[in-house]
Amino acid sequence: MGTNCPDEVESVNHEPLLHATPSGDVLKLRPEGPWTAANVVTLETLSRSVGTDVDRSRAVTLDMSGISALDTLGAWVLEKLSRRAATSGRSAEFVGVADHFSGLMDEVRQVNRHTPAASAAPNPVLARLGELGKSTVGAREDITIFLQMLGALFMAIIGVLRRPRSLRLTSLVYQLYRIGWQAIPIVTLITFLIGAIIAQQGFFHFRRFGAESYTVDMVGILVLRELGVLIVAIMVAGRSGSAYTAELGSMKMREEIDALSTMGLDPVDVLILPRVAALVIALPILTFIGSIAALYGGGLVAQLYGDMGPAIYIARLHEAISVAHFEVGILKAPFMALVIGIVACSEGLRVKGSAESLGRQTTTSVVKSIFLVIVLDGLFAIFFASIGM
Amino acid sequence: MEEPQDQFAIRVRDLVVGFGRQTVLDHLSLDVRRGEILGLVGASGGGKSVLMRTIIGLIPRRSGTIDVMGRPAGNHGRGAAMAWGILFQQGALFSSLTVRQNVQFPLRENLVLSQELMDEIAIAKLEMVGLRAEDADKYPAELSGGMTKRVALARALALDPPILFLDEPTSGLDPIAAGEFDALIKTLQKTLELTVFMVTHDLASLTTVCDRVAALADGKIVAIGPMRELLQSEHPWVRAYFHGKRSQMLQHEMR
Repeated sequence: MGTNCPDEVESVNHEPLLHATPSGDVLKLRPEGPWTAANVVTLETLSRSVGTDVDRSRAVTLDMSGISALDTLGAWVLEKLSRRAATSGRSAEFVGVADHFSGLMDEVRQVNRHTPAASAAPNPVLARLGELGKSTVGAREDITIFLQMLGALFMAIIGVLRRPRSLRLTSLVYQLYRIGWQAIPIVTLITFLIGAIIAQQGFFHFRRFGAESYTVDMVGILVLRELGVLIVAIMVAGRSGSAYTAELGSMKMREEIDALSTMGLDPVDVLILPRVAALVIALPILTFIGSIAALYGGGLVAQLYGDMGPAIYIARLHEAISVAHFEVGILKAPFMALVIGIVACSEGLRVKGSAESLGRQTTTSVVKSIFLVIVLDGLFAIFFASIGM
Repeated sequence: MEEPQDQFAIRVRDLVVGFGRQTVLDHLSLDVRRGEILGLVGASGGGKSVLMRTIIGLIPRRSGTIDVMGRPAGNHGRGAAMAWGILFQQGALFSSLTVRQNVQFPLRENLVLSQELMDEIAIAKLEMVGLRAEDADKYPAELSGGMTKRVALARALALDPPILFLDEPTSGLDPIAAGEFDALIKTLQKTLELTVFMVTHDLASLTTVCDRVAALADGKIVAIGPMRELLQSEHPWVRAYFHGKRSQMLQHEMR
């Protein structure tokens, strides 16, 4: 038999051995026992121990008659010894190979004969520079892909405007249900907590110089202009953007997207437009709900922690904020949704064959869309400041 | 070296396997002799893969015994990779590892050996299954169907297991690639003295490489023996399988 189970080998046979007897210039090696993968540690030690003797002798004979079991690994270790012996005009030969091992030995003599041209290890500095260059080009590619997707979406929208019936209404409603309706509880909870925390911090710090009533101004303006939409957009990017990437990515892996294309359907029409449109519709609604929840959280803290009754809180809020603050926040929502949707879908379509690639693209999608949401928020802040809103 | 009672690599006795109220294998008994290539045929969904997966231990059994290399199955645990190699239908290569790392995986997990030796063994295995050293740094997604099967075979053989399980090894391959794969299995079986358990529908494989063929129908082995004997079998399902229009056409041309 070629091999046996590991502990069987140990109980039935002995440890593998390697006897080396030099006679003149000729070295006689006599391996004994089971030369199998289970004994690999011993085999490596044995073959290393005779290495120098092999290098010194002019000819090596390997007497195989003492071997009780042999597998590919054992055969290769012996073959390697004989190749080491056979370098620079010296000779090596196998004798006494048992019949049932000869096939394996012949097979092993053929392998590892040809080494592929090893690619030279690159200069580390050059490699770094190369990576930098690659990622720069990659960034340009990212922008191109983003713009392509934006263009494709735009064309799809024009198509829908021309033939309103071509809109995939079922899909749109289903996506709205998934990313809008089902997200309401968690969005409400988180924004409620954020509102409460900001109010608590306001009361705690403003109390020291008697400016408690300004806490309401801070909560109102911060939540309506910035935090409401930002928190909701980040949550949606993590919750729904990642789902989009993973869905489209696994569809790409299983060739479903190719199947769609071959049926004459545009994946952008069928898969991407409903998803992005659902995001663009849902995000302002979620932002509204989130902002109200945050204001409610602030009011609750005002009553329980700041000794400010609901009537005063609402009156104060009424003075502090205007419709413009609300508009600034809610106007940003659809643009953020568009960015999240485009990034999520185009990352999904970039998934390649492996499971690892799916994970990597999903991570990239979330990181990139959160980054872009924050950058976009900054740009909007500059824009609104310059038009005086 | 072999004791007479050890002439069977796999012994299955009275095996019952089912899911819920459905019984898939009903008191099935099967012996696989050492050093033979046994082909298993059966209707699609008839329990061939279930039988293979039960022997490997992926599916629990209701009753019955399974001995693999003289030891009850299920006692192999982490040493399983040394007891058998398995070629899954789709290859089941780890997609995040290169071909080389895929072949080295069982070595790395089960043995302590130097990186140099591990690399050499991996290339040796790849060359034995007919691939080149240049293919070693590719990822599974870059391989063709035939190459995927060969890499999966190299990985299954990494530890020189005495038993090799093949789940439809030639499905999805063109006839030329399938023929080459059959020849490869036959060669490796001879050199490495393997016992091969092969689930297949490929009549050409059954005729050319299998020493014996077992037919699974109604949860039992209804016929077992060399292909010649199976062709003479009177069992209705076996007759339908080998003497249906498709089979007849093929066998006719092979004569």
